Amino acid sequence: MDFTKILEMLAGGMLKSMGIFILTLVFSLPLGLIISFGRMSKNKIVSFIVKIYISVMRGTPLMLQLLVVFFGPFYLWEANIGGPYRFIAVILAFALNYAAYFAEIYRSGIESMPSGQYEAAQILGYSRAQTFFKIILPQVIKRILPAVTNEVITLVKDTSLAFAIAYTEMFTLAKQIAAKETTFVPFIVAAVFYYIFNLLVAVIMEHAEKKLNYYQ
Amino acid sequence: MNLLEMNHIKKHFDDLEVIKDISLSVREGEILSIIGPSGSGKSTLLRCATMLETIDGGEIRYLNDRAVYMGENGRAVMPKGADAKRIYSYFGLVFQNFNLFPHYSVLKNVMDAPLHVQKRDKAEVKKEAMEWLDKMGLADKADAYPYQLSGGQCQRVAIARALASNPKILFFDEPTSALDPELTGEVLKVIKSLADLHITMVIVTHEMQFAKDISDRVIFMDKGVIAQEGTPEAVFSSDNARMKEFLGRFNQN
Repeated sequence: MDFTKILEMLAGGMLKSMGIFILTLVFSLPLGLIISFGRMSKNKIVSFIVKIYISVMRGTPLMLQLLVVFFGPFYLWEANIGGPYRFIAVILAFALNYAAYFAEIYRSGIESMPSGQYEAAQILGYSRAQTFFKIILPQVIKRILPAVTNEVITLVKDTSLAFAIAYTEMFTLAKQIAAKETTFVPFIVAAVFYYIFNLLVAVIMEHAEKKLNYYQ
Repeated sequence: MNLLEMNHIKKHFDDLEVIKDISLSVREGEILSIIGPSGSGKSTLLRCATMLETIDGGEIRYLNDRAVYMGENGRAVMPKGADAKRIYSYFGLVFQNFNLFPHYSVLKNVMDAPLHVQKRDKAEVKKEAMEWLDKMGLADKADAYPYQLSGGQCQRVAIARALASNPKILFFDEPTSALDPELTGEVLKVIKSLADLHITMVIVTHEMQFAKDISDRVIFMDKGVIAQEGTPEAVFSSDNARMKEFLGRFNQN
């Protein structure tokens, strides 16, 4: 197999990795916000359950969670886990896992907001929803952006864990090609791809941080 | 007409009784100053009036419209939904540390509530906002962000923001305590200019000369009760021992 062919195959795999990346963010960022509400809930039972959820999600390997989500339905209900379910399982496991991390990041940002911001909004007559979405959340986003960047960069690399359930994203392909052709080249190419992807992510996030620097 | 009536207000934090059965009312156009030592409960009283604290007893009315009262379970019933919207529209509050929205420009800080809470016409809101900023001497700062302003400028923006919603009554919670003497002067000057516009104000302050000059009525609070109440002349020359002790330093100057 020549180099261009390897490049071509891995580029195809890269698209799948990016698919995991984008869909995970699309689902886990809003879900994380909802989970952070649960974590901060005044209802002790709700906050306790959510605390356990976050603890388990952060305390066990993502690879293991992938296996549970993928094979679980088969062992529990003998459900059909063929066809598109492999991809669904990847997104489900990644979104559930990353939402737990994002929830804690949101919580740190929300809890760092001075109470005066809530009080000023209340006095001016803002509803609770207006207060959160107009006053609190924009400031929280600015505060948590560096922490979110960290997670997003980790996510780029974590997409390679999908190999555990044989979803053919870039890393799975690289391994397959390397084994079949007994060559190290696919790993180097994959490394370069991941690196460029993350460079791009870093540039975009830096740009976002700069855009939010219009106030302090 | 009484714009504000507070009847038999009680408030405690755990075992500490901060407000012990206080009643007071504020007439339209009146300027009332509340003075007293730290910990006397004057800021808490203001926070109860503005519903930032939940009272443990009593009743609060704005324009004879019942805002907070005691429910059958013995707990205060706070206004909700449309009631809340109406009652919050009666008053404004200027905080000690401004609490401007840092991600909004000065103009947006002033315009946002009239636009999105009161749903008023944008052109009219903008015109009024610029007029208020002009009165505060801040017309040239409309596009600035709060972090670019001095403390005194921030506080004047906060006053413009409170006024932009056209409240019937404006509360000040130690509006100059976070400012140095020079900036204090400029903020006090602005508040005095509001007196000329006959805006009803309730001011918690440590600025004795200011309270004496501006007020129609002064309340001296001590240990959670109103210890003295009356015209500035009467209160500042009172024989009340606690009042004399508190004012001692002031009167020597």
